[in-house]
Amino acid sequence: MASAGVSKDRSPNERPRGPQGTASGPDRPERRRAFVARALTKVYGKGEVAVHALRGVDLELFEGELAVLLGPSGSGKSTLVNIMGGLDLPTAGQVFFHDLELTAFDERALTAYRRENVGFVFQFYNLVPSLTARENVALITDIARDPIAPEEALALVGLAERLDHFPAELSGGEQQRVAVARAIAKRPEVLLCDEPTGALDSKTGVLVLEAIERVNRELGTTTAMITHNAAIAEMADRVISLADGRIAGVRENATKSPARALAW
Amino acid sequence: MRALNRKLLRDLWKIKTQVLAIAVVVGCGVAILVMALGTRRSLEETQAAYYERYHFAEVFAHVKRAPEYLAERIARIPGVKWAETRVVADVTLDVPGMAEPATGRLVSIPEHRRPALNDILLRRGRAIAPDRPDEVLVDETFAEAHGFRPGDHFFAMINDKKRKLRIVGIALSPEYIYAVGPGALVPDKRRFGVMWIGRAALASAFDLEGAFNDISLSVLPAASKAEIIERLDDLLDPYGNTGAYDRADQVSHAYLSGEMDQLVATARVAPPIFLGVAAFLLHIVVTRLVATERQQIGLLKSFGYGNAAVGWHYLKVVLIVAGLGVVLGFAGGAYLGRLLTQLYADLFRFPFLHYRLSFDVFALAALVTLAAAVLGTINAVWRAARLPPAEAMVPAPPAVYRRTAVERLEPRGLVGQPTRMILRHIVRWPLRAAMTTLGISLGVAILVSTLFFFDAVEHLIQIYFHHGQRQDVTVSFTEPSAERVVHEVGRLPGVLAVEPFRAVAVRLRHGPRSERVAITGLEADAALQRALDARLRPAAIPPDGLVLSTKLAELLAAAPGDVLTVEVLEGRRPLRRIPVAALVEEYIGTPAYMDRQALNRLMREGPVVSGAHLLVDARQDEALYRRLKDTPVVAGVALQTVALRTFRETMAETMNIMMSFYVVFGGLIAMGVMYNSARIALSEHGRELATLRVLGFTRFEALYVLLGELGVLTLLALPLGCLIGYGIAWFFAWSFDTDLFRIPLVIEMSTYGGAVLVVLVAGALSALVVRRRVDRLDLVAVLKTRE
Repeated sequence: MASAGVSKDRSPNERPRGPQGTASGPDRPERRRAFVARALTKVYGKGEVAVHALRGVDLELFEGELAVLLGPSGSGKSTLVNIMGGLDLPTAGQVFFHDLELTAFDERALTAYRRENVGFVFQFYNLVPSLTARENVALITDIARDPIAPEEALALVGLAERLDHFPAELSGGEQQRVAVARAIAKRPEVLLCDEPTGALDSKTGVLVLEAIERVNRELGTTTAMITHNAAIAEMADRVISLADGRIAGVRENATKSPARALAW
Repeated sequence: MRALNRKLLRDLWKIKTQVLAIAVVVGCGVAILVMALGTRRSLEETQAAYYERYHFAEVFAHVKRAPEYLAERIARIPGVKWAETRVVADVTLDVPGMAEPATGRLVSIPEHRRPALNDILLRRGRAIAPDRPDEVLVDETFAEAHGFRPGDHFFAMINDKKRKLRIVGIALSPEYIYAVGPGALVPDKRRFGVMWIGRAALASAFDLEGAFNDISLSVLPAASKAEIIERLDDLLDPYGNTGAYDRADQVSHAYLSGEMDQLVATARVAPPIFLGVAAFLLHIVVTRLVATERQQIGLLKSFGYGNAAVGWHYLKVVLIVAGLGVVLGFAGGAYLGRLLTQLYADLFRFPFLHYRLSFDVFALAALVTLAAAVLGTINAVWRAARLPPAEAMVPAPPAVYRRTAVERLEPRGLVGQPTRMILRHIVRWPLRAAMTTLGISLGVAILVSTLFFFDAVEHLIQIYFHHGQRQDVTVSFTEPSAERVVHEVGRLPGVLAVEPFRAVAVRLRHGPRSERVAITGLEADAALQRALDARLRPAAIPPDGLVLSTKLAELLAAAPGDVLTVEVLEGRRPLRRIPVAALVEEYIGTPAYMDRQALNRLMREGPVVSGAHLLVDARQDEALYRRLKDTPVVAGVALQTVALRTFRETMAETMNIMMSFYVVFGGLIAMGVMYNSARIALSEHGRELATLRVLGFTRFEALYVLLGELGVLTLLALPLGCLIGYGIAWFFAWSFDTDLFRIPLVIEMSTYGGAVLVVLVAGALSALVVRRRVDRLDLVAVLKTRE
């Protein structure tokens, strides 16, 4: 696959020189960067119908942090997360995951990257309907190098009692927690959640957020969560706001709210 | 165009490859139906018109020599419309420019009038002149094979004298539409010809003045032919009657009827398979279409479209796809019909034979097809029509899966999750899985039952030419001759070995059943012509008793140990009771064997023979042929190598083209099922597939889940298809089983292998097409949408 924007080979730990617009946090050298994105642009389509989803984004994510990407529909947050997750490639710019330049990867390498390093949670669960909760998790643990046992992963999200239920027999919130368990069972370095509570009511949503919070805390998984719901941003270490394909601001929560305290 | 119709066309365009795949399967069925019924119709009509116009007789009999006045008594048998006597004789021909001898059948015609029965159609030249005994008419195919024109001549050994015959005209007769020479399996244009010659000339040559040796009857419509045949036999028996027979047993007519029956058998077997499979494919496609358009249906209904309008909308999908198939089938069927008719025009000697596009055949094909398509899909259409709008607007509840029985047996962890998914998909829709398996297996079955014919013919050749009849040349004598003649034949140039045989026309009776056959008397140590048992081992001919072919035993309901009444139809016509000693497996004709000396004893004659089989040195063929053409006692010469070559050529001409089409059709049906199955899987499981890809599964792993189900079903279908194929082959063998020949039910492993290979290739092609779609799957888009 041709990758747009693969160019100069700069080390990711060399600080970007751009004077403004960077999403890096306060200068704390002890924190290691999991992701570095530079000058990302993404254009869908051509000519008059071209949609500029990203217009030059610079971003860093630190190991172990829980970052919330906040923004309205169309702000480019999903595009950004898809690129970080190896589902998409930017039109221009570079993305580094530790020392790996994702933007230089081909299809096969991106698949391997997703398989080994990334856990995904989507708005619509995307469980395999023909597999039980346990088996949906096993789908991942069967091919992972150092997985958590499916039972343990499901216990982590509070579903120890629902192991052998098929998705059709689970509520929306339960299904989403299975999705979280499935995402983290391989001990991924990074957990990417795209509107994980988007299809859920507030009460069920909180249970899912608690699961994500617990995974972030107990396994130390770097977590990026997309939402358009500002209330959810309170549980983040950092809140990165996007608007119109650009980073609109970065805020660090001095004190994080626990997920169970959230309501909307 | 109305908006709804526009939507329909666009929906169909989106699944155009599937539409085409189904239409092609429909088309194959329609084409075979149109071809088989249309060709049969053409043959039937041509045959009927030809028979009527040229007064083809309905009852036939041959005698050694009967006085002409007997004809009047025969004509007075109640129910007989007309009786026509003739002189008919087979002679050895010496044709200029051809080394090997040919056989000519000389048939007398009245000098001063047209034959009242079995009239001839003069194609070129003129009729024979009454006062010219050397003038003959020659049948068109033989003439064409030798480039004969009126004015040409050739030689014939007529009653020990070599005579020059002059061709004055080229003719055709309904009696010899399928003209196969004595002892031959298939027509040989070069080596067997029919000639018509003046009655007086032929009678005088064979000392049959005031007598006849052949009689044909036409009968009144209401008359019982069986009774007439019985009365005729009674009258003819004192004169060397070999047994009167019905038109149904007349060789040319029997072959032609057999061919028409085969067309009907084809029309019965193949189209239902194709149309059944097509109906199933339409069912799954329409079901899937309704499922994906569920919300649109709700929307339409909320706008005020009624149940009937929605039902009609989806029925139109069915009718368009099936209609497309019908159109393809019409075109294909007309093409194949024309092709097959051309093959028949070459094989059969008709004055004309055209494939006629008959409206009712087309109408029948269209009606059957549309009915099958509508029947197959009515349930799915009905469910779409009945969907309550409010329910339709809500996404369908997710499919409920359960653990499969297989999994309960296996210890947890042995089967990976992707394999588990595959198994559960199969179990979730067991009927569909079963139908898909059946569909693929029918593809295999069509291939097996088509390729089977090649095995059968090869087996037939092996048995007949390589095991049973191992001689190079068979010489038949004009009269039963002393063994001394055999020694003379043995001294002819190039003859390496000689083996005499005796053939006697008899009627065998067992209880109420009777059959007119020839008993062949073989030498005790026969090495050239041998009777074979079921395992192809030469069967020993016991010193006493009869050895029957299994078909003859079946016709007579006789088994070893049963005693048959043997009525000899020649010589002193002895009547004896002889036990059946053994059965042998023969696929051509209904032969019976005896030890030659036992047969001589039965005939109350000395050690005489009817002819001899020769093993010859091929390098001296020409010298041998030259001598044979001039040897007076020789009535006919059959050449095995030529016979085998002609047989192979005829089979190749008549089978190869049609069989290649069936092979393609078999591949198409398998591909139609597999491609549609893969596309439906992609449509249903596309979302899971995208999920797997996002989770880091490789393309191959995702494809495994998608196509694994199809793979499992295909693996199940292969042995099932071989089994069904065997069943269809059995049906063909059974339905083509006639007194003239049988088809051995032999299917080689290579045939099964070939069929399996074709289906696997079709499957691989389907997988490749679907793989391209999987590669282009937009992961993000799939995941972003609600199910």
